[in-house]
Amino acid sequence: MLEVAGIRKTFFAGTPNEVRALQGVDLKIEPGSWVNVIGTNGSGKSTLLNAVAGAFYVDEGRIRLDGIDITRWPEHRRAKLIGRVFQDPFSGTAPTMTIAENLALASRRGQARGLSLALNGSRKGELRDRVAAMGLGLENRLDNPIGTLSGGQRQSLTLLMSALIRPSLLLLDEHTAALDPKSADQVIRLTQQFIERDRLTTLMVTHSMPQAAFLGDRVIMMDRGQVVHDISGAEKKRLRPEDLLSKFEELRRANQLDESAAEMLRTQYV
Amino acid sequence: MTLLIGSLTIGLILSLLAFGILISFRVVAFEDLTVDGSLALGGATAAALIVAEWNPVVATLAGALAGATAGAVTATLHHRFDINRLLAGILVMTALYSVNLRVMGKSNVPLLSHPTVMSYADGLATTLFGHERIVQLSSWEAPGRDIAALLLMFAVAVSTGIVLFLFFRTNLGMAMLAIGDNSRMIRALGVNVGLMTTFALFIGNGLVGLAGALLAQYQGFADVQMGIGMLVWGVASVILGESLVRSKKIGLLITGAVMGSVLFRLLVAIALRWGLNPNDLKLITAVAVFVALVLPKFLSRSSKLVRRPSRA
Ligand SMILES: Nc1ncnc2c1ncn2[C@@H]1O[C@H](COP(=O)(O)OP(=O)(O)OP(=O)(O)O)[C@@H](O)[C@H]1O
Ligand SMILES: [Mg+2]
Repeated sequence: MLEVAGIRKTFFAGTPNEVRALQGVDLKIEPGSWVNVIGTNGSGKSTLLNAVAGAFYVDEGRIRLDGIDITRWPEHRRAKLIGRVFQDPFSGTAPTMTIAENLALASRRGQARGLSLALNGSRKGELRDRVAAMGLGLENRLDNPIGTLSGGQRQSLTLLMSALIRPSLLLLDEHTAALDPKSADQVIRLTQQFIERDRLTTLMVTHSMPQAAFLGDRVIMMDRGQVVHDISGAEKKRLRPEDLLSKFEELRRANQLDESAAEMLRTQYV
Repeated sequence: MTLLIGSLTIGLILSLLAFGILISFRVVAFEDLTVDGSLALGGATAAALIVAEWNPVVATLAGALAGATAGAVTATLHHRFDINRLLAGILVMTALYSVNLRVMGKSNVPLLSHPTVMSYADGLATTLFGHERIVQLSSWEAPGRDIAALLLMFAVAVSTGIVLFLFFRTNLGMAMLAIGDNSRMIRALGVNVGLMTTFALFIGNGLVGLAGALLAQYQGFADVQMGIGMLVWGVASVILGESLVRSKKIGLLITGAVMGSVLFRLLVAIALRWGLNPNDLKLITAVAVFVALVLPKFLSRSSKLVRRPSRA
């Protein structure tokens, strides 16, 4: 279970480039729940995920995972609880290392790493089975450098790596955005398979309205560093991509209104 | 013949330096400039202890430990105090110059009248060749002591290489390897990258210190200047090794480092034999490294230029 309470993050505070990326986000995700995050570019989706993963410390607010306060934990320590897949297929794997080596690294996520052999025969056998279960035929290429694979294959393996040890929370940040439609489909199908099999608590950022509408059991929409819509339960079950698009449209109009109101204030008072 | 054996021996000693550079520059992708200082520190520490009549093996290991500590300091300056990597290395290297003078008490410590690890080579020579001072190798002849020193250093280089290779097959070593490849990923998998890099520089400079300690004993003295240019020398060996093995696999890179170091030393010996002025050596080494660094990029760029029209 993830509990985010009142988190704020401002980049370049006090300079002309100041960005208030998170402006008080509250979010509670029940165990086993799959939450999609949508929002316009720059609305703070990635910043939210990065704050939870510990890429930086938040300025205010608390983050709790599985009942533990992790607000001040460094990123590598949170990795014990959190699995991640990034947007860029090159971010999640070590290119010159083999598939088997990458998986061996992931199979000790957040655990002590000592002087025992990383890849003995039985370990390799287990990993081969996990790869074979994905049905991509990669189990015969375990000793190839991962850098020789396609983006879709790499992203599928990154997904497997993030879930190799069951994470308390899975963070997916537009993890299909950089892929061609066919690979994206494949990765999404795997995502669904992993999440449903292990009942993973998931936070997934996506720009695909069909994904947001048809997958998972809750959608939150972010705007200017805040959560502005939160759709779950029966309403989420009925949700269609068009509904989400109209929510974007509403938001756009409201923001325009804000701007014209601000313009009016400026002309009258400044 | 003596010249050849001498070059091979020094090449093997300096392959430990190349291992150290391989670890910092390649394995964890940290441009570590401590090396010139930590090599001399290893030599100075070992020499000071040998003169104080320590067991030469213990003195040699102490030299390695001293080098290792210097590496850890550089990494800590970077990770704890946010100092730029190059600057952190330069700070430590500069400070080490004074440290080395302190350790030795003077700028040069001769070791010829003390038992050193090379005395073991003498013992080995006696066991192997009896009391013949000069050994006949088919039509060549060479001093038995030199051959024994070569064998000893071969054993040291090869066994160190094997230990390193095995280390990189462990969970710990594999995580270290991943840092240079994709540090973001390995952090997301729970590795404290700062700490692991510190450990890598500890090991790397430990090997450099070991090279310094052995070099001092082989040449019969430690000198405060002995580290100058060693970084570039080691980088040249690593690059040469990489071009020989043409692989990014760690086992081959380790093998390549030994081959590169020995070959580079031989090339230099030949060049000197042909009348190259020793004073020009560092300039030529630097230029050779520059060419080795730039040439691959230049070649791939020009081949792209050639390929592009045909694709359209
Ligand atoms: N590490 C950072 N340093 C400085 N500014 C940042 C950083 N991360 C995010 N920002 C800024 O915070 C704001 C929110 O960015 P964020 O990446 O969270 O948006 P997003 O919703 O993920 O957008 P997109 O859909 O384009 O991925 C942006 O203005 C961005 O420039
Ligand atoms: Mg984003």
